[in-house]
Amino acid sequence: MVKMQNVMIKGTKDGLLLSLDDKCSYSELLEELKEKLSFHKKADVAPNSVHVRIHTGHRFLSEQQKKQVLDILSQDKSLKVQSFEADVILKEEAEQLWRESEVQMICKIIRSGQILDIKGDALLIGDVNPGGIIRATGNIFILGTLKGIAHAGYNGSEDAVICASRMKPTQLRIADVYTRAPDRDEGQFGEPECAYINDSKQIMIEKMVVLKNLRPNLNRFVEGGF
Amino acid sequence: MGEAIVITSGKGGVGKTTTAANIGTSLALQGKKVCLVDTDIGLRNLDVVMGLENRIIYDLVDVAIGRCKLHQALVRDKRFDDRLYLLPAAQSSDKTAVTPKQMKKIIGELKQEYDYVIIDCPAGIERGFQNAIAGADKAIVVTTPEVSAVRDADRIIGLLEKSPIEPPKLIVNRIRTNMVQRGDMMTVDEVASVLAIEVIGIVADDEDVIKASNNGEPIAMNPNSKSGIAYRNIARRILGESVPLQQLDGGPQGMFTKLKKFFGVKV
Repeated sequence: MVKMQNVMIKGTKDGLLLSLDDKCSYSELLEELKEKLSFHKKADVAPNSVHVRIHTGHRFLSEQQKKQVLDILSQDKSLKVQSFEADVILKEEAEQLWRESEVQMICKIIRSGQILDIKGDALLIGDVNPGGIIRATGNIFILGTLKGIAHAGYNGSEDAVICASRMKPTQLRIADVYTRAPDRDEGQFGEPECAYINDSKQIMIEKMVVLKNLRPNLNRFVEGGF
Repeated sequence: MGEAIVITSGKGGVGKTTTAANIGTSLALQGKKVCLVDTDIGLRNLDVVMGLENRIIYDLVDVAIGRCKLHQALVRDKRFDDRLYLLPAAQSSDKTAVTPKQMKKIIGELKQEYDYVIIDCPAGIERGFQNAIAGADKAIVVTTPEVSAVRDADRIIGLLEKSPIEPPKLIVNRIRTNMVQRGDMMTVDEVASVLAIEVIGIVADDEDVIKASNNGEPIAMNPNSKSGIAYRNIARRILGESVPLQQLDGGPQGMFTKLKKFFGVKV
């Protein structure tokens, strides 16, 4: 019987790629990993010079298991583990990812003193009154007047944008860039506008049409359409 | 079973007490049985505005802690036969002397006997406010056309939306027509568009209101005063009549002024 290889080592230009088979048992895998490494030990190279990525295929490794693998690999001082990759993730993680990529639709008025916290993109149908705050980890779209504070990309994403039918904010915040609203005449309002961070890390307010070029990845639904 | 309406505003000095007194008076004039409740413990005013200060024996706190029976604390307003009563606040305690639970019980008892229980709320959003809204079924938010008052009203509406009370109605008080015309004061429409709730009445700024309050006679008792009529209209709207909002223009306008306005020339 030909013994299948459970641990495959491939050299890439970024370093080594360790492919761990997902069919065999976990203990078998560890055994073979130890074996392979003892063979590998003969090479004489500087510590931490070989970058290693570990790919586990359809096998999900718990944190404890990851640690076991790391322990084995740490016997060889020349290896430096960069990342664990897998084709599978936990259900919780998946749900979180899904939530963050969803547009959450809310129909209400955010009044003075109220804070609306959203994971992912927020679509507010209604106004944000002065003193009210809308906060989202993704983009913020407001069908109504923004008179209070909007904070997009709350967890640091600088690509986030804020769009509003009427832009009259007290403050705009994107990631960790804050800005006071520009002083404008009443007559200039009425057109929908968007705010984004430009290359010199400043928040710009412009007409909504510029978004198409600035943030092309806002297009999520057009594949196969048009 | 009656209805409890709380008159609130957030900001102080916008006319909550005056509004409560006048709405109560107007409802009594319409033949309803009304009880006014002052929840501004420590800073009571409603009794003064109603001219009933000298007849108080027991107060809200006495009722709450059981020092007297509810009906013993009620002050009858002789001007309205048997239709208008006042439950005064205590002047010597503070807001924490009463709990929302006790308030709910008192208001519940009052609702059995009266058609309308009008609750005058203190300024602020703390315990006094929580006490005042505890037993209420409906709320009326009073604001003046000033940015700060509107901001506080917005906050209050937000808090009221979280409580089981029906969506509140709005009274825009102390409108100065000449300032609105000059563009120096927010218009009723502007206030209403920010707060996005139904307007149940507008009252012009009127010196007679202050004079009447000082004399302990709510302005609504005077059928010749424009603001008195405004309060009576509010009472009629509470009773379900549809009364159009008052036209507030500062006297007759000339043909020329209207023409200039039409062509967009600043008058």
